[in-house]
Amino acid sequence: MINQTAAAMSEALVKGEVTSTQLTQAHLDRISDVDTSVKAFLHVDAEGALAQAARVDADRSSGKKLHPLAGIPLALKDVLTQDGIPTTAGSKILQGWKPQYDSTVVSKIKEAGIVILGKTNMDEFAMGSSTENSAYGPTFNPWDLSRTPGGSSGGSAAAVSAFEAPLAIGSDTGGSIRQPAALTGIVGVRPTYGAVSRYGLIAYSSSLDQAGPFGRTVLDTALLHDVMAGHDPKDATSINGKFPDVVSAAQKRDVKGLKIGVIKQLQGEGYQKGVQARFDESLQVLASLGAEIIEVDCPSFEYALAAYYLIAPSECSSNLARFDAMRYGLRVGDSDGASAEAVMSATRNAGFGHEVKRRIILGAYALSSGYYDAYYGSAQKIRTLIIQDYAKAFAQADVLVSPTAPTTAFKIGEKSNDPIAMYLGDVATIPVNLAGICGMSLPAGLADEDGLPVGFQIMAPAMCDDRLYNVGGALEAALASQWGGHLISKAPALGGSK
Amino acid sequence: MSSLSRDDVAKLAALARIEMSEEELVSLSSQFGMILDAVARVQEVNLDGVVATSHPQPIQNVFREDQVRPSLTPEQALSGAPAQEEQRFRVPQILGEAE
Amino acid sequence: MAISYDEVVAKYDPVLGLEVHVELNTESKMFCSCSTVFGGEPNTQTCPVCLALPGALPVVNARAIESTIKIGLALNCQIAPYSRFARKNYFYPDMPKNFQISQYDEPICFDGYVDVEIDTDEGLKEFRIEVERVHMEEDTGKSLHVGGATGRIHGADYSLLDYNRAGIPLVEIVTKIVPGTGKYAPEVARAYVAELRDILRGLGVSDVKMEQGSLRCDANVSLKPMGSDVLGTRSETKNVNSLRSVERAIRGEMIRHAELLDAGAKVKQETRHFQEDTGLTRSGRSKEQAEDYRYFPEPDLVPVAPDAAWIEELRKALPERPSLRRKRLKQEWNVPDKEMAAMVNADVLDIVEATVVLGADPTKARSWWLGEISRIANDKEVSVTELAITPADVAEIVALVNKGELTDKLARQVVEGVVAGEGTPAEVVAKRGIKVVNDDGALMAAIEKVCSEQPDTAQKVRDGHIPAAGALIGAVMKETKGQADAARVRELLLGHLGQPVN
Repeated sequence: MINQTAAAMSEALVKGEVTSTQLTQAHLDRISDVDTSVKAFLHVDAEGALAQAARVDADRSSGKKLHPLAGIPLALKDVLTQDGIPTTAGSKILQGWKPQYDSTVVSKIKEAGIVILGKTNMDEFAMGSSTENSAYGPTFNPWDLSRTPGGSSGGSAAAVSAFEAPLAIGSDTGGSIRQPAALTGIVGVRPTYGAVSRYGLIAYSSSLDQAGPFGRTVLDTALLHDVMAGHDPKDATSINGKFPDVVSAAQKRDVKGLKIGVIKQLQGEGYQKGVQARFDESLQVLASLGAEIIEVDCPSFEYALAAYYLIAPSECSSNLARFDAMRYGLRVGDSDGASAEAVMSATRNAGFGHEVKRRIILGAYALSSGYYDAYYGSAQKIRTLIIQDYAKAFAQADVLVSPTAPTTAFKIGEKSNDPIAMYLGDVATIPVNLAGICGMSLPAGLADEDGLPVGFQIMAPAMCDDRLYNVGGALEAALASQWGGHLISKAPALGGSK
Repeated sequence: MSSLSRDDVAKLAALARIEMSEEELVSLSSQFGMILDAVARVQEVNLDGVVATSHPQPIQNVFREDQVRPSLTPEQALSGAPAQEEQRFRVPQILGEAE
Repeated sequence: MAISYDEVVAKYDPVLGLEVHVELNTESKMFCSCSTVFGGEPNTQTCPVCLALPGALPVVNARAIESTIKIGLALNCQIAPYSRFARKNYFYPDMPKNFQISQYDEPICFDGYVDVEIDTDEGLKEFRIEVERVHMEEDTGKSLHVGGATGRIHGADYSLLDYNRAGIPLVEIVTKIVPGTGKYAPEVARAYVAELRDILRGLGVSDVKMEQGSLRCDANVSLKPMGSDVLGTRSETKNVNSLRSVERAIRGEMIRHAELLDAGAKVKQETRHFQEDTGLTRSGRSKEQAEDYRYFPEPDLVPVAPDAAWIEELRKALPERPSLRRKRLKQEWNVPDKEMAAMVNADVLDIVEATVVLGADPTKARSWWLGEISRIANDKEVSVTELAITPADVAEIVALVNKGELTDKLARQVVEGVVAGEGTPAEVVAKRGIKVVNDDGALMAAIEKVCSEQPDTAQKVRDGHIPAAGALIGAVMKETKGQADAARVRELLLGHLGQPVN
């Protein structure tokens, strides 16, 4: 039951072949079986999940009209607030904090009757690409437990990949949904900036953050995307307009006559051989389905990584100032005679991990008087150039594509002492965030050299998220027929009741 | 090659209210040269006449009506407080003046 | 080392700069829907946004924008077609986010002015205060300092924080430097703040209650030697929470600076705090280095780009400017310049007008508020508006005098009673048994008694020496404990002594 798609689970629920309570219990069992090795979850809310499942079952038997995803379990990245449920953003500084409110995303998924199994591990405050920066220890890649699942939404990706949940929610500031999706062989979408409310999403970099869905198929991902997206008056940056129908697009799967632009700057040198090979094959598949493949030039992308590592730290240095030991969270050093200032400093030192401190300091520097124009100001101008590059590219092509990440999943600890090497892993995903557009990663097969999943990235203009699902759906179907099933079915068993 | 001295890092840490150990100050200072070189690439481009983008979507004038909605109860507001007294957040003595 | 104010202004030229913070009177806060009502139980007006809970986001209050634009228009400012919020980053426990959402290089209103009139040695003179910018920001929470001897921040053992005020919309109005006010600097500053307050009150955008902190003034003062072009070092005085304090604080700082400069010492650029009790300022804890606020555009909010047509609509709907209103009232009430200036200076214009609206004669209304009532207020060291007496009470008293039911002297007793909280004028009259003696029989008895006690004076009057009657009238008034109507006494007395009543 747990290795089916969410869409199939939904059908089984509707037909009465299974109840949400059974489905939820099966996933809770799976979590007990495998999460000691995967460590995807920081908190499992078995009681809350079963209560929600029971409510949905009762509603269903009373004949109430339900959302297609009602009763389906989901894993929630620990960066979104859920009323009364411990929320840490992977940081020690929030240890023990129970939010007093639901994030808008959580309100929406609760309203749809989706069952939240628990909160998933992440790089502290979403800063990282491996989930190794979590204060609560790393998450392990279900494909190879010696490797990272990517990050920062590594817990959510691993949970879906390990069949602990059919669906999960992550957040993507520089690739934190797409990269872990690629590294764990599943589908992940970063929606258009402003399509999903950020209210209740613990901010890393406000102008780049966006929550989005994970699924094992394009359609599952679309079903969740559809629940999450929509205007929210509580988020001033939320788009108030007509949202594209991503579910229909995922079922349309028609690329005939579409122009697909390969970004010159995001391939070749620096990309693992097996990654490039799977990417090229996927292009051929799309061409065989009737799409026209062209190459587009985005020269400013060369500076995207530098701009990102100025903008995100700058915003985070300010966003994380609120963690000060005064109103909630950790308080350290509050002994007789200690000042508020000293307690703040001691708490922030003890509560934040190295990477977070590094980015806060970098951000404080980039914004400080005398350096603002050279760093933050220049980075914001690079952002304009990247937007212009995309505009030109989208004038030639309907969607743009690239490998999602330059490599497959790397070993735990492999890059932890080399921040620059770690940052380079985000090179292909970051431009989407800087421009506020949408992107998807879906499995393109396994790299020959290591047998690990490779991600194929599709990018579309703002509010054209449907194009991701149309193209992704078409590619997924063609590849599945080649492989005789979805890539995830090739994932190694982790033992337990799978 | 850019660099940030140990003292520069110490100043920034004070600005960011993070009390860092000597070891951490030194180690951050040694990493910063490399990181600053990487991010300083933004200065390689001619940016004359380029307008800065602080926001990816061209949205403006987003307001809410001036209407009162229920607040949290004081119990909710204080539920995460490390210390409280008389329905207020209790904090250690404040040394600095308010702005 | 003491130096007189006259010596200070003979030697130095003061340069002012004024920053006024105004709490807007919106129903809800600047960026969330919590109530702004003053005086609520601690932490009952907070939510995820104003407590800066992780994940919460601000959304701008539409009315706060409208009010700010109205203020800008009333201060003759340009309204920016495009402006943004910015984060001002610094740590302080009363500020939940540890940054304040404010505006930096793109304020919503800029380049305005306010004209004020000061009564100078050469008669009324107008001074123009140029306004650099009007921008929006949010207020902080309130801290209660516990322990220690003083109850002040220094020496406290710990503090208790109430965030009800955190996030209340503030508008900051910043002047350009104000040179050329010379010895009138304190008065000009006071007149400016008073004018601002009147403008804001007229717009209905703020309660402008200085004592509750809904209007707060920071005063920058520097001195330069007479004739010099080089600006001196300035001090910034905070906590200036009444009009009187504005004047006192600036005068005090001018003297303090002059003493330092005369002694060859340097004025330190620092924040100082005004002490209401002593009228002096004390040094704030000086910061090791200038704070670096690391301003950057607030990424959680989008730009404000007000529609030009809407701005014109707001402009057309602006109320009468206080300066024009003063001119109109001066004419309507037929008041001389000096008197008008006295009323403005005593801050009684609104209350006099309210009294006139309730039917009192302008001259009488003015003389009550500016005279007897102001005197009582001065004795108590409060403003007239803080006394228990209202325009309705004064209008009632004036009416009672007009009807002959009170004499001026009795009316003063009634005022005293109303101020003492004894009730309305009618109630005070009843409770105190105040009554004009208009029983002619009783008056005649007193007249006869007085005439028999002072036969010589009575004889003079009988002989036609009318001015001598004054002494007798006074004695009768005394005899009747002031409850008699002096005019009636005069009539009866003259009749009694065989003289014509003209």
